[in-house]
Amino acid sequence: MTLVLTPKVTPPQRLDLSALLPHLLADKSSKEIAAIDLATTCEKITVGDLFRIRAGSAEEIRFEDGSERFDGVGQGLNRGRILVAGDAGINAGRKMSGGELVISGNVGPYAGSAMAGGRLEILGNAGDFLAAPREGELNGMSGGLLVLRGAAGLRAGDRLRRGTILIEGGAGDWLGSRLIAGTLVVLGRAGMSPGYLMRRGTIVLAKPPALAATFVDCGQFASSFPAVFGRFLLPESRGAARLFRAPLRRFAGDMAVLGKGEIFVPA
Amino acid sequence: MRSITKNGVRIDDTFAEAFPMRGTALVITGPNKRWARQAAVTMTGFATSVIGCGCEASIDGEVEARDTPDGRPGMRVLIFAMSSNDLQTQLVNRVGQCVLTSPGSACFADLSAPDVLKIGDLLRYFGDGWQISKKFGDRHFWRIPVMDGEFLCEATTGLTKGAVGGGNLLICGADYERTLRAAEAAVEAMNGVRDAIMPFPGGIVRSGSKVGSKYKALHASTNDAFCPSLRGAVKTALDDDIGCVLEIVIDGLTEAAVANAMRAGLAAIIKLGPRNGARRVSAGNYGGKLGPFHFHLKDLLV
Repeated sequence: MTLVLTPKVTPPQRLDLSALLPHLLADKSSKEIAAIDLATTCEKITVGDLFRIRAGSAEEIRFEDGSERFDGVGQGLNRGRILVAGDAGINAGRKMSGGELVISGNVGPYAGSAMAGGRLEILGNAGDFLAAPREGELNGMSGGLLVLRGAAGLRAGDRLRRGTILIEGGAGDWLGSRLIAGTLVVLGRAGMSPGYLMRRGTIVLAKPPALAATFVDCGQFASSFPAVFGRFLLPESRGAARLFRAPLRRFAGDMAVLGKGEIFVPA
Repeated sequence: MRSITKNGVRIDDTFAEAFPMRGTALVITGPNKRWARQAAVTMTGFATSVIGCGCEASIDGEVEARDTPDGRPGMRVLIFAMSSNDLQTQLVNRVGQCVLTSPGSACFADLSAPDVLKIGDLLRYFGDGWQISKKFGDRHFWRIPVMDGEFLCEATTGLTKGAVGGGNLLICGADYERTLRAAEAAVEAMNGVRDAIMPFPGGIVRSGSKVGSKYKALHASTNDAFCPSLRGAVKTALDDDIGCVLEIVIDGLTEAAVANAMRAGLAAIIKLGPRNGARRVSAGNYGGKLGPFHFHLKDLLV
């Protein structure tokens, strides 16, 4: 049975929930879980202070409600499942390497930051720097699948290196900035300068803005790649599958750097 | 030789002796059925026997567009060799020279196994730096720019060490016409069996061989015991009512696939009967000491 955490009070401070992961709670009793400190200030606050705990297997952890003060939800997740029936704060699913994290509300900045594997799904909107590296880190997301049903803020997919990001809503400016490789699909309207300084990798935009002059038009050509990728995405998003079925036109760039990346737009 | 008679066809109480091989499966797609088939036919050409071709390969069957990874018409191809190294060499040469070159083609792995062979991981260098790697989940593809667009090729394909090569049926008939008709009926039935191929021309070989030769340079030579023209001159295996012998050789990804193909072939030959088809079915073996897989004909009768 699922371990269920039901919030009792509004969090009096920002919380660090990165200790609440299946592999960390596997051998812990409810009492031990209740004693875990989640504070981010000098004022101590424990799981027991905040949540009513319904004991169960920690392989699946469900938060019955969320809050934009819930930081680090699923941070470092490597197996099992975490469900949040509400919002989450910064660093949701950061550095996760396996398992599944589903957040039904909105999330703050750096959701899926530097994630390396697993599946992260956000039903609401995300803040800036989706999947991006934190300060001083070289790479953003390096594996797994990130599905955002709502819209993303600025610089979504910054320094993406591997894996797939699918954004069903719109995206802010500098989408896929400094992209290294990987695939980034946006079904909504994208802001200015997508793929700014991207080296390799693929961005697919259903509603692209005017592209920078450093992206060169390669026109249309025959390839099995969109059909294969569209079929992979079909279980996740019918809209994405539809986008990949339509004829696509390729722009290569960013010629200001390596120029081996590409932006596909409907032909 | 002792035999069982089924619908008038004598089934020898003997067995086909088969050997372990390394094998893999691919799905090759094209812009339409014609070009999917063309790429597969070209890739599996000159691949009848490991003795002279380096591998044994053929088309396992057609794959409907809705069942291929890219939604285009496809052909499933099986390829077998005696060692993993031989198979790797043959695979990359054949995909590189015959599939990559074929208009509109794409190449996908169709066998998952812990051991792998490289395809796109080697062919990508043809892209001269413009090749693009794409991963999704545990699948890895290479996109190689070519003059008609892009060649999409899976990075690796599974390698099975449990493949079986050399299952066979010796189809003996009164004359040429009836023997060929029985062999064709058997191949037709065996084509429906998944994971098994008949690598010889149209599935049929007329020059069955024995081990050894009077000439030092040759390891194999004509199977004189089954040559009607040598009856009387050599220790023949043919009865007086047999005027022609054709052989079907089967390779399969599993022992069960070879057995299933032999079973289907035998059933078709028996159904045809001696009046229109074969009078006798036998099988080739080396006394049972060389190959670990023995397919007894009597066990394969439906």
